[in-house]
Amino acid sequence: MARRTTALLAAGLLVLAAACGDSEDDDEGSSNPTGEGADPSAESTTDCSPDALELVNDDVLTVGTDSPAFPPWFQDDDPTNGEGFESAVAYAVAEELGFPREEVTWATVPFNNVIAPGDKPFDFAINQVSITEEREDAVDFSDPYYETNQALVGYEDSPAASATSLEDLRSLRLGAQVGTTSLDFITEVIQPESEPRVYNDNSSAKAALDAQQVDAVVFDLPTAFYVSAVEMEGTKVIGQFPADAGGESDAFGLVFAEGNPLRDCANEALATLRDSGRLAEIEQEWLSDVVDAPVIPVD
Amino acid sequence: MSDLPLARPAGPTRRALAERAQRRRATLIAAVSTVVVGTALVALVVRAPGWDEVRASFFSGPDFAAAWDDIVPAFWLNVRVFLIAEACILVFALLLALARSSRAPVLFPVRILAAVYVDLLRGVPVLLVLFLLGFGVPALRLEGVPNDPVFWATVALVMSYSAYVSEVYRAGIDSVHESQRAAARSLGLTSSQAMAYVVLPQAVRRVIPPLLNDFIALQKETALVGVLGPIEAARQAQLYASREFNFTSYVAAAVLFLLITVPLTRFTDWLLARQRARVSGGRLA
Repeated sequence: MARRTTALLAAGLLVLAAACGDSEDDDEGSSNPTGEGADPSAESTTDCSPDALELVNDDVLTVGTDSPAFPPWFQDDDPTNGEGFESAVAYAVAEELGFPREEVTWATVPFNNVIAPGDKPFDFAINQVSITEEREDAVDFSDPYYETNQALVGYEDSPAASATSLEDLRSLRLGAQVGTTSLDFITEVIQPESEPRVYNDNSSAKAALDAQQVDAVVFDLPTAFYVSAVEMEGTKVIGQFPADAGGESDAFGLVFAEGNPLRDCANEALATLRDSGRLAEIEQEWLSDVVDAPVIPVD
Repeated sequence: MSDLPLARPAGPTRRALAERAQRRRATLIAAVSTVVVGTALVALVVRAPGWDEVRASFFSGPDFAAAWDDIVPAFWLNVRVFLIAEACILVFALLLALARSSRAPVLFPVRILAAVYVDLLRGVPVLLVLFLLGFGVPALRLEGVPNDPVFWATVALVMSYSAYVSEVYRAGIDSVHESQRAAARSLGLTSSQAMAYVVLPQAVRRVIPPLLNDFIALQKETALVGVLGPIEAARQAQLYASREFNFTSYVAAAVLFLLITVPLTRFTDWLLARQRARVSGGRLA
């Protein structure tokens, strides 16, 4: 008896749940038209004035990035201070869009969520996200605000340190962060003999390098310099790879939820910053150390 | 006396007929309930506004096939770690449980150590143990200490899970009635003989289902090995997902895990049912 009652109860609850789901759909259906009613004026004209933009949070521009926010892209794990290359670029873009500093807020968004399809808790994200075709399917990118090479970091006294050619690298155990072009570069260009090690984040990759579980780690060049110069004593940038090495150069773009009209406005802002030389200034200010590292030829 | 209508009439009794009718009714209700619930669930999911997108990014056939070929070899790493860890845990956890169950006054420090170990390792997330051992110990750069991440990941799993499993063993040991030990001792067995030949065999038989339960959990936990760098099934799925922007690879990895955990779970259920039947001496649903 008890069993039968439970089964019926379960069935009843599920029907109820289904009914509730329906009513929610209806609610959305009825609320959508009003939302769309407000939309078209903004979309059709691509009016980039702050009042016309459709923002995630009212009246403020919400910028997403992962935590920790680390140099040279950010300083002191604090994106709001305007220091570090990406923080500076974000505020410069915001300013061009008509948002003064106090009208910019930051949202902490894990890297994988930044590039996953779907709604976003930010208006745009700035997180050293390389523009790739596959990612274009899931999110929208702005034009690049920075282009970088891949580079290799290892201990000065390790066998990796003397590598000068791809051939030298193939016998090494290499590592990189998951989902990065650095990792693609290992598997597609270097093609080492042993399976690369893959890490959740750069911190793990550095820990593994420290534990001598990998001979060298591939980062983008600015990160590589920061790691070797500041974070890990005894390491050096063994070499960088030419920009055209991987067939695709690594270019960072701002990330938008797919179809967000704000992208066009941000592209205008980036174009203005580039033409005025402001972007180059910011790059010079925060990434100036990243100028010379031995180039490892790829052929 | 022989005239009394004790002889059964041919065919089923009224009681059997009534029971059969009740069973049929129960089956019918179960069937209707299943159909209603199933339809409601399917309707809820399929009619959801985002279903087409979800299906394309989580349940895409071509992506499943493509990811499968990558993930199966990676899953072999999970299986190896699981098997080796399981064997070590069975032994290490038993030693821990025996240490905690020891009664000799001279072994008091051993009891304390075992208790502290279990408290600590059960309380700390496996991930922390994994990082500490996998990145921390090799970074000490001691001569002769291995720095292979798979080795340390396995050690971390063994250390964590032994704490849980030792408590399962201990529960089994405590569940054996004191009179068993007393009887063994009165027959002239020493304390350790009584434990080895009388208490443990009964205790272990009783805790096999919860032991298997922990091993099912362990099997899934092998995915944590990936955080130290080696590419196991879940990581391989992630690599595919981040390369192709399709989460079907995770479903493929999930299927592989299920291929091991579901038979194990059914086996555990079967063992439990058999044990219940044995203890209650018959069907007492």
